[in-house]
Amino acid sequence: MSDVLVVAEHRRGEIRDVSYEAITAGRELADARDGDLHLAVVSGDVEQFAADLNREGVDAIHTVTNGEEFDHNVYQAAVGRLLDETDAGAVVIPNSVNGLDYAPAVAEASGLPLVTDAVGFEYDDGLTVTREMYGSKVETTVDVAGDRFVLTVRGGEWAPAEGVGDAAVGAVDVEHPESGARVTGFEEVAGGDVDIADADVLVSVGRGIDEEENLEVVEELADALGATLSASRPIVDNGWLPKNRQVGQSGKVVTPDVYIAVGISGAVQHVAGMKGSDTIVAINTDPNAPIFDIADYGIVGDLFDVVPELVDEFA
Amino acid sequence: MKVLVTVKEVAEPDDDFAIEGTDIAESDLEYDLNEWDDYAVEAAVQLAEAGIADEVVAVTIGPERSEETIRMALAKGADRAVRVWDDAFEAGFADVAAKVTTFEAVVEAEEPDLILGGVQAADTGFGATGVALAERIGFEHAAVVNDLDIDADAGVARVHRELEGGVEELTDVDLPAVLTVQTGLNEPRYASLRGIRQAQRKEIDATDLADLGLTADDVASALEITSMYEPESESDAEILEGDAGESAARLAAVLRDKGVSA
Repeated sequence: MSDVLVVAEHRRGEIRDVSYEAITAGRELADARDGDLHLAVVSGDVEQFAADLNREGVDAIHTVTNGEEFDHNVYQAAVGRLLDETDAGAVVIPNSVNGLDYAPAVAEASGLPLVTDAVGFEYDDGLTVTREMYGSKVETTVDVAGDRFVLTVRGGEWAPAEGVGDAAVGAVDVEHPESGARVTGFEEVAGGDVDIADADVLVSVGRGIDEEENLEVVEELADALGATLSASRPIVDNGWLPKNRQVGQSGKVVTPDVYIAVGISGAVQHVAGMKGSDTIVAINTDPNAPIFDIADYGIVGDLFDVVPELVDEFA
Repeated sequence: MKVLVTVKEVAEPDDDFAIEGTDIAESDLEYDLNEWDDYAVEAAVQLAEAGIADEVVAVTIGPERSEETIRMALAKGADRAVRVWDDAFEAGFADVAAKVTTFEAVVEAEEPDLILGGVQAADTGFGATGVALAERIGFEHAAVVNDLDIDADAGVARVHRELEGGVEELTDVDLPAVLTVQTGLNEPRYASLRGIRQAQRKEIDATDLADLGLTADDVASALEITSMYEPESESDAEILEGDAGESAARLAAVLRDKGVSA
């Protein structure tokens, strides 16, 4: 039971980066448990995926051929089968939207404890997971009873696995019940008139703007700087700006020359979409806001005082 | 159809807070209805208004204090509520299986056709209870739903699941099902004065584990929080000091240096 099983993730023919990161996390765990690292590749072009995912440290790859896209019933059945057939007692799954659509069911069906959204862990007789709470304001360590568990790992926290591995690749047949959840298609929702990913300078607005009427304040700044206006999730949830303006995990990933975050606290889902910007400026009242952790320049102050002054500077 | 909505009262720390032991000091926490659950309540109430849901029942695991929060769900239109609490939950950090065991007992009593809940709780952020509950009770499920259309005649929920990167997956989910609701699904209403008055007369059924035929052992947790700390700031941001005018002038100089101009 000392082995570790990592489940890869892909979408529409592409392996998602978090798969390579999960391999690194899984290898760390396997080393600490003195076990082998298994990798499950489920659905899609499994042979091509297996070849791409055969990185250093992977001992065995199990392919499950079944349709093209994600189906949580198939993933759950595949992991259940591999838990039975291999010596894996620990399962590592990406903490993604699809990961969270089957990892809890895997844990429940197998009677294993579940810890989600790990940002780190230590393994010494047992698993201690580091994860955030209270919207990233604190970190906690969580001890897990027993040596079998399901762990989901946050993207961007482990380095992607590299090199070329020599894992044995084998196909596994998995029977699964007829799915009561059927994918009928995909929709790109971030299209439209403006592609914020093309902008050199973004003025991005968040919850700190308080009211829809106040958007004028940041629109004036964007005009003054010749910048494009983007937003964090709550602004789009409220319907104040369209979805194609949303920066973050569920919106667009942007890498402008300059990113000016106005009234954005910097939740991890937002940061995932803009941390690659060349220069990051943050304006926020809370000096402890996580946005300052990744900012190059910061102003701790009220955006309603600072932004009009900044507009005047460029008038 | 009968709709069960799982709601949680979540704690939000003040800007300045102290950590005592393995949690934030009680005096530095404010309590509110979990943001994601607010969207789930709204979705359920809209189903009732559309004549699809006959009854909307809110269920929570929470101490007496949380009645204030669950009454907000009633004020927004839920018909009645079930609140489960027990000394066993005071003992430590309830894991996903413990919550699922509790909700399973409520589901057995209520026999809903559809269960809605938030994607995650704002405080603990596990994002797992809904999908694990579906597995336990033999319901279908979909996680991270940001568009919902119930076809009651066909017995299907047509949903969009919000994937990463501005892509939505269109999925048909057979009922009965558990759906976890993403923010942005709808526009949660504010409780009206009339709604708040009516909520005072609605029933909140306060139960404990024994009432549900469970014992403390049934909700024993495999997880224990062993430490909590503020992450060290990795910030190497240059803070531009001064009043609003001074700091704005400094920032303007930085931006010009980077070639920013209209």
